[in-house]
Amino acid sequence: MTFESPHIRVKDLNVHIGGNHILKNINIDIPDKKLTSFIGPSGCGKTTLLKTFNRLLDRNKDVQIDGQVLVDGENIYGKDIEVTSMRQKMGLLSQRPFPLPMSIYDNIAYGPRLHGTTKKKELDVLVEHYLTATGLWDEVKDRLNGSAARLSIGQQQRLCLARGLAVEPEIILGDEPTSALDPISTQKIEELFLQLKDKYTLVLVTHILRQARRLSDYIAFLYMGEIIEFGPTEDILLRPKEKLTQEYVKGYIS
Amino acid sequence: MSYKIRLLKDRLSANIFLELSLFSILTVVLIGYGLYYKSSPILQQDTLWHLLSSTEWKPFKNEFGFFSYIIGSLAVTGIAIIIALPLSLLCAIYIAEYAPHRIRQILVPLIDLLSGIPPVVYGVWGVLTIVPYIGDHIAPHFVDYSSGYCALAGGIVLAVMVFPLIVSILLEVFDTVPKELKEASLSLGATEWETTRKVVLKKSVPGIIAATVLGISRAIGETLAVLMVCGNLPMIPHSLFDSVYPLPALIANNYGDMMSIPMYESALMLSALILFVIIFIFNAISRLILYRIENRS
Ligand SMILES: Nc1ncnc2c1ncn2[C@@H]1O[C@H](COP(=O)(O)OP(=O)(O)O)[C@@H](O)[C@H]1O
Ligand SMILES: [Mg+2]
Repeated sequence: MTFESPHIRVKDLNVHIGGNHILKNINIDIPDKKLTSFIGPSGCGKTTLLKTFNRLLDRNKDVQIDGQVLVDGENIYGKDIEVTSMRQKMGLLSQRPFPLPMSIYDNIAYGPRLHGTTKKKELDVLVEHYLTATGLWDEVKDRLNGSAARLSIGQQQRLCLARGLAVEPEIILGDEPTSALDPISTQKIEELFLQLKDKYTLVLVTHILRQARRLSDYIAFLYMGEIIEFGPTEDILLRPKEKLTQEYVKGYIS
Repeated sequence: MSYKIRLLKDRLSANIFLELSLFSILTVVLIGYGLYYKSSPILQQDTLWHLLSSTEWKPFKNEFGFFSYIIGSLAVTGIAIIIALPLSLLCAIYIAEYAPHRIRQILVPLIDLLSGIPPVVYGVWGVLTIVPYIGDHIAPHFVDYSSGYCALAGGIVLAVMVFPLIVSILLEVFDTVPKELKEASLSLGATEWETTRKVVLKKSVPGIIAATVLGISRAIGETLAVLMVCGNLPMIPHSLFDSVYPLPALIANNYGDMMSIPMYESALMLSALILFVIIFIFNAISRLILYRIENRS
């Protein structure tokens, strides 16, 4: 399945880690301002694929990446690419929240400060804006200078989302962002993702089928490093064409 | 039958390990007590404060002031840490955050090797290279005369000796910083250096302190190499190029001689006790910090 002007286009991507062929001939178009989910059994390469999108993967040792990942038509593995500004376009939410070792305020201000916003007043406005956008403002406004590590895990994950939004990304990558959270925090993150769909392109790795169903517009099913099937949510979950996809969504393989 | 033997072995070995650790703790306690016992005569003669603050060292007149020796120890240790810490930090940052895996695999064993070289080798190296270089080329720019056997020479030799220790602790500390934390910073558009400075170093502050304190306690107790290059004159140094006489050198040079002087042995034992207490406290502090770091989730 292809799109006319996808936000991310992956072309003939192959990844080897330490001699193992982890991702095999990946071709996929991630549509603009939609939520696309990667589903598949653990170890099938979902995280690896996600990390090729913001070039975090090639920081690891023994990684060989062949093929292209085009973001807005530009190959991010090309020669003249500026990795830092490219990464800035992509927010990242990891499996567990990792607040930076500083205050709540500084976590949000970290990115804007790096990119040139230094005036206290402007930062104050940004911090309030993004904490409000993630529903944290009322919960933390009295302890902005307290350590971010003291927040609950669910609050930390929303802080990480706010921190990512504060650098004005175009794409948000989530690697099972709710897997460490309680049901209520999970629901809050899911609601935020649904709101963000209007403005951002979202890519979500999940192994929870119901979550994929609630949130996604498109779903890609990965198995053993290959994309088996990609299509609109309903097609993949209710009318899968491939036998492997059928078995996975029915719960025969996991 | 064989099951019982295995059970017995299990119990025995568990006990042996317990006893061995108790034994090593007991040794430390015994050494501490022994030193205290041996130094108690001089502590009864003079107050501790007087002994620590007086510069008069005249064994024949029964006067034992440790101040010059303490200053000597602090001077060489201070110089050593001032030189070694920035270098160790840069080296450890390079290895942990920048070096390709292959280079790391070469550098780390090399640095470990450095810490296995016997102190006397460092001492000889100091005498052959550092001392003459300071005496001929550096000191003349600053002072009228220096033999080169001086606080700076001791500090430099010590710096080289504590460098591998500090680097290897720092490497362990940096490795406890989660990869995902660095990735979080990078994904906000930070460069590797910004990430190292604002996240990795910040997260590692307690570990850096621990490494420094451990380096200090290693440096302050180092004897032979320092003794060979410091000049060993009990005086308060006025510049980097004056001789100093650190505490360990005092003990090593004099224990066994002049034991006919009544309080002499007791005085030397007191200086050993001072060193012992300083090193014990410093080690305890840094171990505690490192233990905390390893156990934070
Ligand atoms: N840094 C790495 N070193 C070695 N193998 C890795 C590394 N990262 C991932 N892999 C391997 O790649 C495969 C896919 O992993 P991953 O992308 O994390 O799967 P998923 O996120 O779908 O559970 C697994 O078999 C894993 O063992
Ligand atoms: Mg994963």
